[in-house]
Amino acid sequence: MIYRETGQFKSSYASDQAIFPVVQDRIFVLLVVAAAFLVPPLAANDYWLQAVLIPFLIYALAALGLNLLTGYAGQVSLGTGGFMAVGAYSAFKFSTSFPGLNIIVVFLLSGLIAALVGVVFGVPSLRIKGFYLAVATLAAQFFLIWLFNKVPWFVNYASSGTITAPTRTVLGVMVTGPQSTAGARYVVALGLVAVFALIAKNLVRGRVGRSWMAIRDRDIAAEIIGVRPLRTKLLAFAISSFYCGVAGAEFVFLYLGSAETLAFDINLSFLVLFMVIIGGLGSVLGSFLGAGFIVLVPIFLTNVPHLIGLSLPVALQKQMELMVFGALIIFFLIVEPNGLARLWQITKEKLRLWPFPH
Amino acid sequence: MALIGLLALAVMLGPLASVVPAQQAQGIFVPLLVYRTGPYAPSGIPIANGFVDYFTLVNERDGGINGVKLVWEECETQYDTKQGVECYERLKAKNPVLVNPYSTGITYQLIPKAAVDKVVVFSMGYGMTAAADGRWFPWVFSFPTTYWSQASAVIRYIGQQEGGLDKLKGKKIAHIYHNSPYGKEANPTLEELAKKYTFELTLLAVDHPGQEQKATWLQVRRLNPDWIFLSGWGVMNQVAVKEAASTGFRMDHLIGNWWSANDSDVVPAGEGAKAYKGATFHHPGTNFRVFQDIVKHVYDKGKGAGKKEDMGAPLYNRGVANAMFSVEAIRTAMGKYGNKVLTGEQVRWGFENFNLTEQRLDQLGMKGFTRPIKVSCEDHEGNGPVLIQQWNGQKWQVVSEWLAPMRDVVRPKVEQAAIEEGKKLNYTQRDCSKEK
Repeated sequence: MIYRETGQFKSSYASDQAIFPVVQDRIFVLLVVAAAFLVPPLAANDYWLQAVLIPFLIYALAALGLNLLTGYAGQVSLGTGGFMAVGAYSAFKFSTSFPGLNIIVVFLLSGLIAALVGVVFGVPSLRIKGFYLAVATLAAQFFLIWLFNKVPWFVNYASSGTITAPTRTVLGVMVTGPQSTAGARYVVALGLVAVFALIAKNLVRGRVGRSWMAIRDRDIAAEIIGVRPLRTKLLAFAISSFYCGVAGAEFVFLYLGSAETLAFDINLSFLVLFMVIIGGLGSVLGSFLGAGFIVLVPIFLTNVPHLIGLSLPVALQKQMELMVFGALIIFFLIVEPNGLARLWQITKEKLRLWPFPH
Repeated sequence: MALIGLLALAVMLGPLASVVPAQQAQGIFVPLLVYRTGPYAPSGIPIANGFVDYFTLVNERDGGINGVKLVWEECETQYDTKQGVECYERLKAKNPVLVNPYSTGITYQLIPKAAVDKVVVFSMGYGMTAAADGRWFPWVFSFPTTYWSQASAVIRYIGQQEGGLDKLKGKKIAHIYHNSPYGKEANPTLEELAKKYTFELTLLAVDHPGQEQKATWLQVRRLNPDWIFLSGWGVMNQVAVKEAASTGFRMDHLIGNWWSANDSDVVPAGEGAKAYKGATFHHPGTNFRVFQDIVKHVYDKGKGAGKKEDMGAPLYNRGVANAMFSVEAIRTAMGKYGNKVLTGEQVRWGFENFNLTEQRLDQLGMKGFTRPIKVSCEDHEGNGPVLIQQWNGQKWQVVSEWLAPMRDVVRPKVEQAAIEEGKKLNYTQRDCSKEK
């Protein structure tokens, strides 16, 4: 079988510390990333880019953010939608107040604002954990949405309360606003998610990630070995909210074009949490797999009846879609409670032992 | 492994799904964004049924519009903007000429896209009011009337009931609205009218989906308003009507907007809903020839979208009106471009030169059903008048004459808002005098 590590010895620190120590993994990931950058913008139609791939990338970024907090640092959060809204509304305020600001800078700045807000709502995590913390972050979700609905300053006093992404360019290519092509928006979303995934991967491999995991696994023990809970937990909230904030800004600027607070309601928080759980808690790859599952499967199920030439009433079709989707989630969690990332890992291990896997 | 296989299958087969039916489309394609499930289904189902039945009627009775068949496809949005965008992107591949978003939120999403894709956005009586200025928004049509016109007409009606608009002074009017772009639309107009006629306006928001209104009605009880204007949708309406009845509010002083006064909104409240009023821009009931045609050509052939008994409900009739306007606009375009499958741009011309006369309404079997409408390059609203209907416990009855909106208040605000909204999208104003 091709997936065999025989003969690949680690003889230097660099090779020992590589993200993908196995050559096949490295080549595979590089090929996937290259293909992701090249194939869809050239080959996919507007529907695929606009309705499937762009939301997939944005959700993956949000799931990555939540996974850092919940999967690695063990702090359950239901405030993802709220933090994404912070990112979206700050991006809107930044881009309309400073029209000259590069849109990528706007995204990063709105991530920073979201990080600040995240730290504020992360403070209770020092005293409470588990379900209690989930309820505290739920308060963040409701408070933030209420705030954006209530204060007209956030929407520049628009009577409808919607925010609209203004037209902005990156390197002369239009990437936001209605005239931008789906391909350009896709590349920006992919670029951002690729960079942030790399950062996340390195974060969790290093000191910060280890202290997060120590806190997650046994906070008292972690404190005894010198991990400072205050700093570590707040850092997790800050970085996680930063990711969610950027994802929220992209959500409006690259995907929807304009949005109201309803787009960031509690359902979004749950959706991202499901992605993390299905994909695999504490796994960077899992964030992508989970986002893929939650975004792709419903769209696939919507298209199935057309595909086999069945014309069902739309209401029935929607209800069947929800049922099948729910059943699939339960099925996968029974088969592998640790998520899709774990399934993938098992597959790899079996391939290594092929033809005699146990 | 199974999952990866499934995902791979989805990726491989997905594009086929959007390609195959496109080749079948023989005729003018009109996508329909509907919501037959979710919290907004009580409002979404009748309107979709009315729309589809009228299209079926045109195909069955006349063989299409001037012989060109109508082809449509429903897509379920659950009144969710994200799903609405997904639907639009999917159906876009089939060359639609116009799109009915059926949600103010989705309309906001589609307005910038439609101008690029050359698809008419027909948001009949909803959507972005500012887009009624055709000089800034050439692709958006909101005739026969808009939320702002509606709000002004309702205030005119309240004035009439009080014995003149000057009697509004010091009266307390509350606006209970769905906390979304849709519900908020009427607020600026109401605020302006409150200043002009010096009545006391209270704005009370109800959050999505609107099942929880206890706090709102507690405020109402404390405030004790003289009149309440309700902008609800879906499940929110029946909850509001029930709450109003249990609060003991005088039901004939509660006026819903035209999305808040359907059979499904009042029936759950039972006797309590009696005397509840609502705005509309067409008659309820089935006393028009077109409904006999629908029974004969659609329901008797077993092609009806809903149940025959549900015909005549206000939202069913709204769907019929919406479909009729669409068909007549396409017919107008055919007058210039010929009887063939048209493009979005050609249909846009049809919308812009739309002129529905009394005589034409009579031919359609809809005499008196709604008022004649004329659309122009500057005015995509057409300034249709508004009716007030009242629930008598069994059915809706029209209780007012046609009320003209306060154009002098609304139009300058529309023009001002159009500049603001248009600039957000980098639009420029076009010169209507240069177009024929």
